Amino acid sequence: MDAISKKELAKIACNVRMGIIEGTFNAKSGHPGGSLSITEILTYLYFKEMNINPEKPTACNRDRFVLSKGHAAPALYSVMANRGFFPVEELKTLRKVDSRLQGHPSMNYLPGIDISSGSLGQGISAACGMALGSKLKGDAFRVYTILGDGEIEEGQVWEAAMYAAAKKLDNLVAFVDNNNLQIDGTVEEVNSPYPIPEKFAAFGWNVIEIDGHNFDEIEAALNEAKATKGKPTAIIATTTKGKGVSFMENQVNWHGSAPNAEQYEIAMNELKALLNEMEG
Amino acid sequence: MADVIKTATRDAYGKALVELGEKNPDVLVLDADLAAATKTGAFKKAFPERFFDTGIAEGNMMGVAAGLATTGYTVFASSFAMFSAGRAFEQVRNTIAYPHLNVKIGATHAGISVGEDGASHQCCEDIALMRSIPGMVIINPADDIEARAAVFAAAEHNGPVYMRFGRLAVPRIFDESYKFEIGKAVTLKEGSDVTIIATGLMVNEALIAAEELSKEGISAEVINMHTIKPLDKDAIIKSAKKTGCIVTAEEHNVVGGMGDAVCDAVCSEYPVPVVKVGVEDTFGKSGPAVELLHFFGLDADNIVKKAKIAIEKK
Repeated sequence: MDAISKKELAKIACNVRMGIIEGTFNAKSGHPGGSLSITEILTYLYFKEMNINPEKPTACNRDRFVLSKGHAAPALYSVMANRGFFPVEELKTLRKVDSRLQGHPSMNYLPGIDISSGSLGQGISAACGMALGSKLKGDAFRVYTILGDGEIEEGQVWEAAMYAAAKKLDNLVAFVDNNNLQIDGTVEEVNSPYPIPEKFAAFGWNVIEIDGHNFDEIEAALNEAKATKGKPTAIIATTTKGKGVSFMENQVNWHGSAPNAEQYEIAMNELKALLNEMEG
Repeated sequence: MADVIKTATRDAYGKALVELGEKNPDVLVLDADLAAATKTGAFKKAFPERFFDTGIAEGNMMGVAAGLATTGYTVFASSFAMFSAGRAFEQVRNTIAYPHLNVKIGATHAGISVGEDGASHQCCEDIALMRSIPGMVIINPADDIEARAAVFAAAEHNGPVYMRFGRLAVPRIFDESYKFEIGKAVTLKEGSDVTIIATGLMVNEALIAAEELSKEGISAEVINMHTIKPLDKDAIIKSAKKTGCIVTAEEHNVVGGMGDAVCDAVCSEYPVPVVKVGVEDTFGKSGPAVELLHFFGLDADNIVKKAKIAIEKK
């Protein structure tokens, strides 16, 4: 995996996006918008950054990931399937009664999920606990989490932010998926969390701002996080909700609705064309 | 009357944590700025590197406890019952209980006996809240011996446990030989006319009530229901068959508490009259703890009165 190129990562991200569309289409529900916006971040984490082994999903010293914005489960499942945690074909079972792929990630159902999440604001606290656990074991592993920009309206996020800095959890990285949209509108219209970088900085975090779809910037930010001692790192990633599917981009109504058959075809064709272009 | 040892169950909790910490290096303790009151301060002193204060942020504390538990530790998280079961209900439900993590919630200052602090801090709803969570174990010890035993049993149990401790010093009922098992009720006195099922500090009141009743020729059976979930239904049904009526006694709202759990148990299998002693669906108020307990009818006198009512209903 070490030698994986940015071009390869881009192809994987395209496959991950197809998995998101496949899952939500088959489920007839789910959250494609905020899944598509974190695809590059998740792809980089699971294919390049994290010390993980799909064959040993409970290894003690593996790096941990917490999807604090748990509704983006289709993206997490798709990246895990593409990484070899389970067959890609299983993505079609998303949200079905007998499926391991619950609407929000559940560690009870699926090996490789480091903690159940989905109720907003709670994942980052669990990530703090994992990072603290790692510290007790002599910095045994690193912990990554992704928050939504709407999610940080939850007060618990700031309880956790205060705590992570107070405990100097420099093995913790929190991405904020700043796609600017939440269910009721733009984040500014609803209850503006802006300015986000200043807030995390004021809470004592190392803060990095990036384009969340650019692998070079993701890589540089994660390297900086690793080199930063004594404080946790917040990576504020500017992203596009619905990224990669033309009619879903920047459309708030794709937060929590699934494509119908016609939309599914259009989306898959767009992504296949992009993949062919990259492979050609 | 011989000198009776009186200890608050929260004190026994603090001491038991230290004892447990000495035996088990994987035990961690969290608190939310109440270590002096919850008595986890004793653990903090003994094992500072295994104690974490999350500050006044109970929701975050429960999440941190969950995260730590996923890395292999047995985590005790403490605050007052009001904030553990109340404020942090959803964190307990979603991040601890749903993934069935090894977090033990040490909730102190439960019930009316908080005393002078008043209604805002007198949690009489925690049993109801915790009962409604699948897989949650609820233990409400009656004295210091049982509180210590509960801590050790909770540590052995795989999964979430809610332990309910009090602020008020209460008389010791058991001796060092007392055997405690999660989910196994203890019959403290055999009887034939009425069953008194009590939990927490009401167990001692139940024993006093049984004595009073015997003076009037009424034979009361007394059961200590230290574990409210999973409930020992067999013990309840067995006793109901013997006495034909039940009085429940708890320092909790009569809505959703142990009394309701007992009603659930008997109504489908062996319906008998059940009369509840508890806080009558009202908020508490300020006052000295013992006076308040009498004010709210959480005493032996009320149990005696309710026992007679239960018998009449047979």
